[in-house]
Amino acid sequence: MTLNRRSFLGAATATAASLGAARVWGASHGKPRVVVIGGGAGGATAARYIAKDSNGEIDVTLIEPTRTYYTCFFSNLYIGGFRELSSIAHTYGTLAAEYGVNVVHDWAVGIDRDAKTVSLAGGYTLPYDRLVVSPGIDFIEGSVPGWGVETQNAMPHSWKAGSQTQLLKAQIESMPQGGTFAMVAPPNPFRCPPGPYERISMVAHVLKETNPTAKILIADPKEKFSKQGVFEEGWNKHYSGMIQRIGPDFGGDKVEVRADSMELVIDGEVEKVDVCNVIPAQKAGRIAELAGLTGANGFCDIVPATMQSRVDENIHVLGDACNAGDMPKSGFSANSQAKVAAMAVRAALTGSKAFPAKYSNTCWSLVETNDGIKVGASYQATEEKIAQVDGFVSQTGEDADLRKATFEESLGWYAGITADMFG
Amino acid sequence: MNRFLRIFSASVIALLPLAAQAELAGDADRGAEVWNKCKGCHQIGEGAVNRIGPQLNRLFGRQAASIEGFSYSKSMQRAGNDGLTWTFETLDAYIDNPKALVSGTRMSFPGVKDAQDRADLMAWLRRYSDKPSDIPDAEPTARLDYIHVDPAVFEIKGDPEFGEYLASECTTCHLRDGSDEGIPSITLWPEDDFVAAMHAYKQQLRPHPVMQMMASRLTDEEIAALAAYFGALEDE
Repeated sequence: MTLNRRSFLGAATATAASLGAARVWGASHGKPRVVVIGGGAGGATAARYIAKDSNGEIDVTLIEPTRTYYTCFFSNLYIGGFRELSSIAHTYGTLAAEYGVNVVHDWAVGIDRDAKTVSLAGGYTLPYDRLVVSPGIDFIEGSVPGWGVETQNAMPHSWKAGSQTQLLKAQIESMPQGGTFAMVAPPNPFRCPPGPYERISMVAHVLKETNPTAKILIADPKEKFSKQGVFEEGWNKHYSGMIQRIGPDFGGDKVEVRADSMELVIDGEVEKVDVCNVIPAQKAGRIAELAGLTGANGFCDIVPATMQSRVDENIHVLGDACNAGDMPKSGFSANSQAKVAAMAVRAALTGSKAFPAKYSNTCWSLVETNDGIKVGASYQATEEKIAQVDGFVSQTGEDADLRKATFEESLGWYAGITADMFG
Repeated sequence: MNRFLRIFSASVIALLPLAAQAELAGDADRGAEVWNKCKGCHQIGEGAVNRIGPQLNRLFGRQAASIEGFSYSKSMQRAGNDGLTWTFETLDAYIDNPKALVSGTRMSFPGVKDAQDRADLMAWLRRYSDKPSDIPDAEPTARLDYIHVDPAVFEIKGDPEFGEYLASECTTCHLRDGSDEGIPSITLWPEDDFVAAMHAYKQQLRPHPVMQMMASRLTDEEIAALAAYFGALEDE
């Protein structure tokens, strides 16, 4: 059969009609859209579980500025020389290729909650039916007088992993013999409660080998800290005389820094230091604040059963950015919360079965080679908050085999959680 | 099979319901008598040191020839390097006839020929193996008579869909592909083994604090669901 003009036109019209119909259908009956802001333990896990468990019924877009993501967890082990930086680096190729997640490397710069759209620094605007906000933390400006982003190279925070972590490690390694490493520890609440103290352990491990007369000084605004008993036991055992912690009773809460002269001023007393790791006070990642999701303490209140924002039911806030009741701000917590949120999002958008929320967390820390410790708990959703059910913490006096097993377990956990996040 | 899985499997065998594993039910108190045949060369318990033979604390799950400072036969060293790990199965074979398992072993001992005697002896040895911090007066953690699971619990049919949701809590640590990089594999276990292990944690017989916590809030149905899900897990 030859194609005459009439039949050609007819075919063209039919095609146009079907395209038009598809477009209309796409607008009114299309797949539900989920946008996830942040590709860390909360966001990557949520994106993966929503995409995986909805079997293509939900469009998932993940917005993450960095192409290579360095996990904060285990970044201290890199500082201590126990891990290569490359071993904590992850990319999003599997989420895109195997799970069909639309990965967009850009910054989310605004959320229009009425229009239900997210705007990106690159100029695009993405519509959503449900939004998952998991942006991690930002620092509270002025919380450590004298410190700001303009001084973060002289005095690194290294509380977001990557170049800052590399910088701090390099500075530790080039400290003069007998020099002083100082840390300004953050006030509660902050990302990774045992993190500063694991970092101190890792710095001490490095200095013990390379610079045994060096000193470590911690200015700490908190009375107590996570796993304090076992950390201090380990410091006495492995790094005797090296570490001095100044708590609030001696002015650890009244600190300012002078980046130009590398000075730390504790309650008026000036200390000259060689490396100064300033971990400022924290709040939810800025995008959460811009969207009006944050509460009085700078973090976002959530509904315990679903991780929905208390101020917007179309938004779920995960991880460090939220007020998760009794749960600490940790990668494990964010990963746990993400699965509850993913289930709630799927149930809302596709009518899939929803089961009761269960949360859990464990934080492992390394004190010295093969001396691992941990703290953990399980949680349930009550009306008021995510409440602790049960818990455990490493004990002082545990034998070396148990500590070694605890460390080995942490390696297994790292492999597990990163596979759970990135596929 | 790697070391961690072996530790786990070894204890599961002892936890199976009585009917299924009657022949392996060891009586540790009787085992203490069988131990008399060993104690001329081996020590166990608090302060145990290597003598003619290596000390035997924490024997289960230990790689063969792995006690530092003990001079093993070349044959035993090779077996250890090749991956021989002491489990119920391997130890049972070794105690039955040492040279049949490790031909050049220096342990000149004809073997314990009675299977029940070996099971009793292993139940006794196990008291010194589970939780290092509890040695030497560890509560035996894997003895059959210590786990009380209603046989009906093993009959519950698990819902794999429910299991899949619950499993997301496990996969923060346990790898879905069944590999082990420091945390044991939990995929493709026989469902009864899985159920027995979880109830042993729930009853605080197995010692791990994370697992005790996780298991403590799982219902019988949830454990069955997890067993069904992980027991049939294929690659995604």
